[in-house]
Amino acid sequence: MRISTFFYCLKQGMISICRNIWFSLASIATISACIFLFCLFFTVAYNVQYMVKHAESTVGISVLFDEQLTDPEIQAIGDQIGGRTEVKDMHYVTAEDAWDSFKQEYFAGNEELAEGFAGDNPLAGSASYEIFLYDIDSQEGFVQYLLGLSGVRQVNYSNTAIAGFSTLSKVVGILSLVIIGVLLAVSVFLINNTISVAAAFRKNESKIMRLIGATNFMIRAPFLVEGVLIGLLGAAIPLVGMYFLYNHAVEYMVQQFRLFSEIIVFVPAGQIYPLMIGVALLLGVGIGFFGSFFTIRKYLKV
Amino acid sequence: MIEIVNINKTYETGNKALRGINITIEDGEFVFIMGKSGSGKSTLLHLLLKEVESTSGSIVVNHMNLQKMPRRYVPKYRRTLGVVFQDFRLLRDRNVFENVAFAQRVVGASSRAIRESVPEMLKLVGLSAKYKSLPHQLSGGEQQRVAIARALINRPEVLLADEPTGNLDHENAIEIMKLLAQINALGTTVVVVTHSQEIVEQMGKRVITMERGQVVSDEIKGGDIHEN
Repeated sequence: MRISTFFYCLKQGMISICRNIWFSLASIATISACIFLFCLFFTVAYNVQYMVKHAESTVGISVLFDEQLTDPEIQAIGDQIGGRTEVKDMHYVTAEDAWDSFKQEYFAGNEELAEGFAGDNPLAGSASYEIFLYDIDSQEGFVQYLLGLSGVRQVNYSNTAIAGFSTLSKVVGILSLVIIGVLLAVSVFLINNTISVAAAFRKNESKIMRLIGATNFMIRAPFLVEGVLIGLLGAAIPLVGMYFLYNHAVEYMVQQFRLFSEIIVFVPAGQIYPLMIGVALLLGVGIGFFGSFFTIRKYLKV
Repeated sequence: MIEIVNINKTYETGNKALRGINITIEDGEFVFIMGKSGSGKSTLLHLLLKEVESTSGSIVVNHMNLQKMPRRYVPKYRRTLGVVFQDFRLLRDRNVFENVAFAQRVVGASSRAIRESVPEMLKLVGLSAKYKSLPHQLSGGEQQRVAIARALINRPEVLLADEPTGNLDHENAIEIMKLLAQINALGTTVVVVTHSQEIVEQMGKRVITMERGQVVSDEIKGGDIHEN
């Protein structure tokens, strides 16, 4: 396609949008609503996933063993656990490591208080394995497996927040799909109406084009351009809104849930935004293109 | 060359629009197709434009068999034709230059080619001075000239005109006919569908008369028209 032909189609598309401004605005508004909701659910779902991943890498399962077990016996159980496919990473924490870590955490600045335990490890018999899983969803079953192992005295893990995240992630995903699906259908319907009006308005022109020898592509191009432009505008508006909204929302949530700052961590805007722009623009262009493509096929035949 | 061999056309409603039509039009000919309403002359034109398909028979235009032509070749075929309508069918929101340029634009001509050929074509139809005018600022005759310029801008081998003088007064009708004769003299085959006996009589060209979907006469008629 020549550059001049491309600009001709672009110009005709823009003229058509202006000519049917109210229909075009209605289509843009619906696509905007659709993409805004998409962005909203996208950020929620993405953040929940992010938190789950964060939790998977920071919240581990601690396995403590019967006190009479020897180190080789503990290591043998460790090898058995390490062979499981759910295990992403695990490391052995000796009783001494556990006591050193405890001292650093609770006696920092008051080291003299720990002096009273000199030579006597109060955490003797607390050798453990710290285990991290690939998928937090498998945690509950894995814990049951650990509890069933002979020699395992205790299993420590967090089963509330993580389970909540996982469920929330699924609910958000399903809800997003349903709402986006409905809005997509409404958007396509409105694009269909807009393009139908444009096609009726340009019926004479299209007929002349056909008789002159314009190809189907050339006849359809201005309508496709119109649809794509509407889609792009429909995507750009919520993206601008989300840009301002996201940072404010994250700031607010961090303030509100300061106590859970180790679990509730948000994706930085710089990381989530490029992906969201790409997906939202693709969605807008897709709605506009396919909405107009299928509409115009009905109206224009050689 | 246009070869129409034993063409029949029956519409879905059962209306037999054409019955065993045989016509041959040589390159560079000027032919009138005459007949009353319902005689089938417009259907014949639609068949030539490949807007409708014949029920049987064959049409070959410049060695292209329309019945065997795949849909994807239709635009290319139509570029070898120019078409003029009774109601001009100009784009109301575009001026004379843009209306003529439109025909080149939609077949992908370059801007340079458009800038060169449109003024030339407007000069041929005598509208150079009015290139900026909108259709509603022109007389009927002038609008038809614009339509002719648009039909000719892609240098078609055949010009099909469907009642080109139907909306014009006698004086303008004669002017348009003179223009078509002039175009024909330059080598373009011209096929004019009309029901105006008066125009046909003055032109002294080949006249094919149709009645109830059949050719009832094919002859050289009338007097002469003076070309400038």
